[in-house]
Amino acid sequence: MTDPVLEIDNLRVRFDTPDGTVDAVRGVSLTVAPGETVAVVGESGSGKSQVMMAAMGLLAANGKASGSVRYRGEEILNLPPDRLNRIRGRKITMIFQEPMTSLDPLYTIEDQLAEPLRVHGGLSPRAARARALELLDLVQIPDPARRLRAYPHELSGGQRQRVMIAMALANDPDLLIADEPTTALDVTIQAEILRLLAELQARLGMSILFITHDLGIVRAFADRVYVMRAGLVEEQGPTRRIFEAPEKPYTRMLLDAEPEGEKPPVAADAPVLLQGAGLRVTFGKPPGFLRRDTRFTAVKGIDLTLRQGQTIGVVGESGSGKSTLGRALLQLLPAEGRVVYLGQEIAGLDRAAMRPHRKGLQMVFQDPYGSLSPRMTVTEIITEGLLVHEPGLSRRDRAERAAQALTDVGLDASMRNRFPHEFSGGQRQRIAIARAVVLRPRVIVLDEPTSALDRSVQKQVIDLLRRLQAEHALSYIFISHDLAVVRAMADYVMVMKDGAVVEQGPTRAIFEAPGAEYTRALMRAAFDLGDLLTG
Amino acid sequence: MTDTAAPGRSLWATALLRLRRNRAAMASLVILALIACLAIFGPRLAPHGYAEVYPEFVKVAPSLRPYPQEDQVIPAAERALKRARVELGEITIDNGTVRIPLTSPREIDPRLARYLDRSDVFTEARIVDLSPDGKSAVAEARVQQLYFLMGTDANGRDLLSRILISLRISLTIGLLATAVALTIGVVYGATAGFLGGRIDNLMMRVVDILYSLPFVFFVILLVVFFGRNVVLMFIAVGAVEWLDMARIVRGQTLSLRRREFVQAAEAMGVSGGAIIRRHIIPNTLGTVIIYMTLLIPKVILLESFLSFLGLGVQEPLTSLGVLIAEGAKNMRNAPYMLIYPAATMTVLLFALNFLGDGLRDALDPKDR
Repeated sequence: MTDPVLEIDNLRVRFDTPDGTVDAVRGVSLTVAPGETVAVVGESGSGKSQVMMAAMGLLAANGKASGSVRYRGEEILNLPPDRLNRIRGRKITMIFQEPMTSLDPLYTIEDQLAEPLRVHGGLSPRAARARALELLDLVQIPDPARRLRAYPHELSGGQRQRVMIAMALANDPDLLIADEPTTALDVTIQAEILRLLAELQARLGMSILFITHDLGIVRAFADRVYVMRAGLVEEQGPTRRIFEAPEKPYTRMLLDAEPEGEKPPVAADAPVLLQGAGLRVTFGKPPGFLRRDTRFTAVKGIDLTLRQGQTIGVVGESGSGKSTLGRALLQLLPAEGRVVYLGQEIAGLDRAAMRPHRKGLQMVFQDPYGSLSPRMTVTEIITEGLLVHEPGLSRRDRAERAAQALTDVGLDASMRNRFPHEFSGGQRQRIAIARAVVLRPRVIVLDEPTSALDRSVQKQVIDLLRRLQAEHALSYIFISHDLAVVRAMADYVMVMKDGAVVEQGPTRAIFEAPGAEYTRALMRAAFDLGDLLTG
Repeated sequence: MTDTAAPGRSLWATALLRLRRNRAAMASLVILALIACLAIFGPRLAPHGYAEVYPEFVKVAPSLRPYPQEDQVIPAAERALKRARVELGEITIDNGTVRIPLTSPREIDPRLARYLDRSDVFTEARIVDLSPDGKSAVAEARVQQLYFLMGTDANGRDLLSRILISLRISLTIGLLATAVALTIGVVYGATAGFLGGRIDNLMMRVVDILYSLPFVFFVILLVVFFGRNVVLMFIAVGAVEWLDMARIVRGQTLSLRRREFVQAAEAMGVSGGAIIRRHIIPNTLGTVIIYMTLLIPKVILLESFLSFLGLGVQEPLTSLGVLIAEGAKNMRNAPYMLIYPAATMTVLLFALNFLGDGLRDALDPKDR
């Protein structure tokens, strides 16, 4: 084997925090050979990003790295910045997860792309511009000459990530480190970006070190895999071997975390709980004095019927209006159209008139970190709804109901006096579910309840939701961009795009024979990533 | 239900732990506690009343030795007895008692001792050894032992006592005006931010209008109408400072309102008032507390500024600002009159600012 491009040997990273030292990385060794694609995969908190940050000298001020990181035999760990910069940003470059924040909003794409070429590459302004154009062309941005003059906010997320890749490629690097570069993107765009990376690698012959939590990407994309857990490499080997014959139970658990099963459809004569007709949601204001028309229709006339025990999966990419639809159904947003709950018209009711219905219509949000008030204890959070809907309960009764709800969602009731920040993401989502369930609702709108969670935790939450549905005869509206989860959870699917329903029907029918072109594209990007990259 | 539920560590508790590790902030906290004790108990324990005037000791320099000092006793006795129209013999001082032989062509009235008593320098004056013809006598009096550790001011009042009372006034104004600003600002800001839309617009325009009032004119106007008193100071300062607080809280509320836990509460049917009370205000408190520790010194400075202009508290009460203003007038011949109040003020402001800084680090949500 040829000499490795990057060799990391027994790397340790330690953070000094006010609450004690934290060992984020506890002796990790890995190598990247020229032209190879290596994936580092792990759940959140496994230290996979910190390995790269340490190698690139990008640790936070309270972090300390020890061990060895060699680029073509040269030690680069803890080098002073001026010497490190001869390699960092030239021979080894990085792209990050957040294309929204990695570009400076105050400068045009040309400024940001050409500046390093002129300063580091010593190119004249004209030559730098030509090279910038060439780079944008390389990353397949349509109409690159016009994009050069654009500001970051004028580009979409996928285009921004392409610009980031162009910047990373500017100096012909030997190694590209990609830290979750597609996590913030929609699946179809993710597939495009991955395909672009694969093509560029074939053309330019660089190595790629790919950090991700998504095993689907790893399988389609990487030659070799390192599985990380709690700051250590749990298992490593060629991708094929890892996926076909994992040695460690942890790896097997990760591979098995793919959501499974499906939900049988409900009887056609099951009672209708919630019905929406011609739902329209418009944001912004009509044109007026000194004001442009800022109106934007997020949901364009949608009909929906939810029966007892049913789970409707609402699928779509970001901006498709699926979350807005969920909020409009619960009257959390002003919407046009009719909403009927248990035979009663609830559209347009004011706060007070809506209150009695709220008990039966609950919601669980995407971000388990944002949806729990940080200054309240778990009991206070869970029982807040009881204060409104069952004001007769005594304090003790409420605490008892909270404890019961916690047990219901698989948490230890002795944790009820803790605060949200003392729980992990999955536990927080369970608390959020407990808060909805404690009111004994009929319908729960689940707005991407598993998107912010690790795959293994995701599976547990899905199992929990299924169990609760069976035990309490709940009906769900399950909003998600993740087709695998929707396939496992829902018995009816609505595919949304640009505020309208593209296709709908029973889950099995849709997944087996998608009718609309858009649905097919979504499914290809979600399930056949490997074919998409090679084909 | 188990009764073994362990209490969690709230964000407040965590912040307190973090604050404890900040030495500068903890030192400031101790200093502030000390200053607060001085402000509360100091005036009672001080050797002199803050309004007590010692005409004999105008602008005496700070000293660890008691006043009158030795060379002052004889001139003081001569000055005191000048109007008694008696001849003074050789004055002797012995062990804190002064003996003054007196002779007079007329009979000496024993009540003459009062001349001595009237002076700040002597007590327990009496006439002893009155000769049978009544024309010569010896006046005896104890020499006072007065300590002026920080000297006296231009009216002969003890500066230490005045600094202690001024601390009390300044801290009271600081705390009360801040409390006024806090209450109005938080409620107003949270309401405006939570209701949003047209009401928010209207409420914030009111704030803008109040902002545009020149503060000093506003105070002068109040003084003209209501006369000068301390309560007015609270109102004037509080009425201006809540504007900043309202803006800060409104901004916080606007961003909190979009947080999912507020939406979750709305989805549960929690009323607007309860959302503000349970979700919005507790989550703005971190910022508010930080702002408050910075507001207290600001208010104290503002009060000093007003007092410096002569619009503040009234004699014989005093505040740090008044003392500094007086000190500035006497800077040349009695620099200590400026140095001590200014030093006190500096220590107080430093401690408050360091504490505010420490709180900001401790409560910073970035760590979470």
